[in-house]
Formats: sequence, structure tokens, C-alpha cells
Amino acid sequence: MSVVLTARDLTRHYDVSRGLFKPHATVRALNGVSFELEAGKTLAVVGESGCGKSTLARALTLIEEPSSGSLQIGGQEVNGASKAERKQLRRDVQMVFQSPYASLNPRQKIGDQLAEPLLINTNLSRSERREKVQAMMQQVGLRPEHYQRYPHMFSGGQRQRIALARAMMLNPKVLVADEPTSALDVSIQAQVLNLFMDLQAEFNTAYVFISHNLAVVQHVADDVLVMYLGRPAEMGPKEKIYAKPLHPYTQALLSATPTIHPDPDKPKIKIVGELPNPLNPPSGCAFHKRCPHATERCINEEPPLRLLDARQVACHHAEVINGL
Amino acid sequence: MSLLNIKNLSVRFGDANAVPVVDGPDLSVEKGEVLAIVGESGSGKSVTMMALMGLIDAPGIIKADALSFDGNDMLKLKGRQRRKIIGKDLAMVFQDPMTALNPSYTVGFQIEEVVRQHLGLSGKAARQRALELLERVEIPGAASRLNAYPHQLSGGMSQRVAIAMAIAGEPKLLIADEPTTALDVTIQAQIMDLLLDLQRDKDMALVLITHDLAVVAETANRVCVMYAGQAVEVGQVPALFDAPAHPYTEALLAAIPEHSQGAKRLATLPGIVPGRYDRPVGCLLSPRCPYVQQKCRDLRPALDPSELGEVRCFFPRNQNTAPSHPENQEPAR
Repeated sequence: MSVVLTARDLTRHYDVSRGLFKPHATVRALNGVSFELEAGKTLAVVGESGCGKSTLARALTLIEEPSSGSLQIGGQEVNGASKAERKQLRRDVQMVFQSPYASLNPRQKIGDQLAEPLLINTNLSRSERREKVQAMMQQVGLRPEHYQRYPHMFSGGQRQRIALARAMMLNPKVLVADEPTSALDVSIQAQVLNLFMDLQAEFNTAYVFISHNLAVVQHVADDVLVMYLGRPAEMGPKEKIYAKPLHPYTQALLSATPTIHPDPDKPKIKIVGELPNPLNPPSGCAFHKRCPHATERCINEEPPLRLLDARQVACHHAEVINGL
Repeated sequence: MSLLNIKNLSVRFGDANAVPVVDGPDLSVEKGEVLAIVGESGSGKSVTMMALMGLIDAPGIIKADALSFDGNDMLKLKGRQRRKIIGKDLAMVFQDPMTALNPSYTVGFQIEEVVRQHLGLSGKAARQRALELLERVEIPGAASRLNAYPHQLSGGMSQRVAIAMAIAGEPKLLIADEPTTALDVTIQAQIMDLLLDLQRDKDMALVLITHDLAVVAETANRVCVMYAGQAVEVGQVPALFDAPAHPYTEALLAAIPEHSQGAKRLATLPGIVPGRYDRPVGCLLSPRCPYVQQKCRDLRPALDPSELGEVRCFFPRNQNTAPSHPENQEPAR
């Protein structure tokens, strides 16, 4: 299989002003994320708000420059690419946003919005563009008469179909979807997730699927990346992580997720407290203040990502906790 | 006598001929019970409870054969008497904690306001009670948080404050409208734990409005499934999850990714919830139901008792005794 997206130590820091006479503070929104993604595969990024999921999405889609680290799309390095090369790279990475109510232009007809990527990036004639748009609309389950309609005439699920169609117009190598179904109802979510899976099978697109819903992730993902405060906590194949999570944070996340068939004999792992302030992150392991297994070492020393049981995990005590 | 009794409630907006947003859910809540109301957006789950709380303003019209709480007819009560009950014996926690609190006043002041109004405390006693309430909802450093403004708190903390205000009068019934939808999953677990702990502690009844079936499975005793303003199925947990009787409940459960069990595609109901102006003549689910028959298209079913609870369907599913097998098994397109 061909690797279409490679991230090496991707980092994004923001400078935050704290007032006239105080030094600037740095928020390490994204701190050393590395992964490879193959065509036709899905990497799911999970974590709570403020863990850097969306910053990662912005870096991958070239909306923002990473502070350091390297990013390769389709084998081409993004750092130092010329303007023309960047334009080409942007065609290859497209994005679907969380709220389909905010991501479509309310004053533009659906057909025109879908044709715009073609207008900007290709030399197709008006009728050819229209033909392509009609074909894509059919593919995502929209009717031809929807071409002339405006976004407010559609339901949330249909709008997300439109947003997905727009992202797929240029047949990108990578599609980044940032919480694409969290604004939708359960039965509509199922329809949209099915559409995601169908399009992936058809076009062999690689997906970076960002979500906080672990049930959805289990359904769509091949690989899972769990993030905490801008750092990867655990990353590996979905089967491995769901069957036996090694990082205490992954364990807590999976345990906190409600299920339809709760097992009364299995006690829930309870973690206390909330996400620490990213302006003033804890020393050592970022999770140590909430971790039930934290020791002196976790306070002083930041755990590196290391290979263990066919996945990467950033925890000093992963062996001891899990009896490996 | 049930704590809460709702019979044939209808809520409509506009004139008396408008299509009702809520149409005849019959509900009762017993003392100390956890009832969940589940449904998708626009199913009327929130409006039902807002009608009870007196939060429906003109042009909303509320009609009911019975809307009684703790022996009081909530529709006939005068404003002054009603205000004595609402906020004290009957309290509500809302979805978005950031907008439920007043940004201009400190958290302590807002909790004290409830304490002054409903418990008649003042001065130091009110302050003391507010502090106890903050400690009860497990806010760390409660004493210093009394002087905090809502913007200084995180979403989870704000929701805890909102819960503290709701339980200030030791309510007999607490209505929680999507209390964890805006929160992260680990915080959601903390808040649900807190709500259930309070419910057991005070033997309080809890009505949980949610769209998340997994939350229901983990917390509720009984569940009411709503679709397009109607209650379509009422039953016990977990029986209803194991053997749903209404096709809509069945479809809702099948659409959860957790149920996919490795399958690439999720089961879906085609189409969307009917809007205000395209209500079908017969059963409201008939255009989307995979088991639809002519009778469903012509007549609207009533909420009838079934083996497990109540169900609004002519041909309920998973009934051991029911011999009727619909001839038309093809999914409607």
C-alpha cells in the first residue's frame, strides 16, 4: 500500500499575550505527533476538548503552518514547497467540518458551491463542471433538483452530505473530517457514516477522522491516535487499543464511555479532576495529576512514546499496570 | 398516586389549529424513579418538560387532560403558588451550563438567591447553605469558588453549579435536559455519577432528557421513546433495549455504531423526521417504517399496553404471542 500522509514530530505552539508587563506565554497545542497514513485507510484521532485534535487538523490541511516538524503529502514535503506546489498540495487534502450549518455559504446555491473547487483548480468548461457536480451529488444521495437550492432548505444530515461532496469534488488523497457527525442525530449519523465508508471504498481516500465519540471511532477507524494535552498518549491498530488499552488515560476514556449493554460487574475507572490549563501544563507526564497510577517518576520525567504490545504508548508504568 | 402525572398533553405554537409540537404523551413518574425521555431533535422531549415547568410562552398553547405534580394541577395554579413549587419541589438542569448561569453575578450570589427565595434564609445562613451546596456537588475549593463568576469556571464546573442551584430546595423531581451533551466524556461520567448519587441520597425522582441511548441504558429505570411529538414506546430498562417493540426504537438501537459488530455499514432508517407541514395521515413513522402496511398509512395507532410496556404500533415487534407477520418485509424507499 502507498503511504499518502506522513507526519514527523509535528508541533504547533501559540504565543499568548498575558498583559503589557508580563512575558508571553506559550501554549503547546500540538507537541510531537508522528504517524503514517496509507491510501484507503482511516486514522481516528480521539481526545477531549483542548487536546489538540483540531490544531492537528489545521496543520494537516495547510490552514496553519506547523511550528516545527515535517509533513509529507503524497510523498512531497510541505515545508519549503513553493506557492504553486502548495496550491497543488491543497487539492490533495480536503476537509469536512463539524457544523454543516456554519460550513456552507448561505447565499450560494448548492450546485455553485460544489462547482467552486473545480472552477478554481481545473480548466473544465461550465457544462463539464455541471456534469461532474451532478455525478457527485448522485453519489452522496442528493437529487438533481437540489442543484439550484440554498443550504437553508436542507436538513443537518443533507448539509453534511453536501459538505462531504464538496470535499470529494477534486478526488483528494486525504480527507480530514473534524467531528463530522457530532452535530447529527443517531439515525442521521448512521446514514452519514455509511456514506463516508462508501466513498472511501469507491475513491480509496485516506481519512483522518477526528472524534470524541469512541463508539463511532471503533466503527470507522483502522488506527487510533489518543491525544492528551497536545501529546500522543497511545497510538496503534484499533483492535489492539479497544481490546486492551495500555495507557491509563485510554483506559479511563473507554471506561467512561457509556454503552448500551452495561456490565454491572465491571467497575468503572473514575478519574478525578479536569484537563489542566494548557498555559501551565503539569511537569513530567501531563496526565499525572489525574492518573490513579502516578508515581514520583511521572511528576519529574516526561514519558516518551515507546513500542509495547504492537502499539505505541507514552507511559512509564504501562507494563506494571497491565501486567505485561 | 404518582408524583408526576401527564395525560394527553398537547403543545402547539400559533393558533389552535396548528400542528401540535407535542401530541399526547401520557407519562407518570413515581417517587425516587429515574425516567429517561429519548428522541431525536424535534421529537418534543424538551417541550414536554418545559410545559410542565411553565416555560412555554405565548404563542405556545398548552392543553392537557391532566398535568399534575405532587397533587397540584399545574395548569390551574396561580402564578404565585406555581412559583413556590417550581424551583423548589420541581427543578431543572439545562443543557448548556455556560448560558444557564447569569454572567453578571457571582456563583455564590446566584445560589444564595435560590436559597433566599425558597428556604427563607438570609445573610450568613444563606452563605453557609450555598457553601454546603457547592461542597455537595464536589467542587474543589468550594469556599473560594463562591466569589467566582461563571466565565472563570469550566463547562463541567458550571454544570455542577447549575446542579447545586437545582437541588437547593431539595426537589422531589429533578428534570435534567441533556445535562452532559456539552461536556467531554470523562466529565460526562463525573456529572452522571453526581446526579445519580443525589437521586439515591434524597430519594428524588429524576427525569433525564437525552438523545444518547447508551446513557439511558446505564442510568434509567424506565424509558420513554419519543418520535415527532408522540411517545411511541414506554418500557423498562434493560428489557426495552433487549427486545424493542416499536419499529422506531428498533431502528434507533440498530443505528448505534456500537451495534455494528464489525459490519461495514450501519443499519439506517431512510428519510428524516416529518416536519410540521408534511405529517402523514396514519402512523407518523409510516413513510420510513420497513414493516409498514396499509392500515398504518390510514390510521394513527394509540399507545397500547404490550408485553413489556406501552407501544404505539399496530404490529409491534418482539411480541412472543403476536402471530402477525407483515407481508411487506421490503424496506420502504
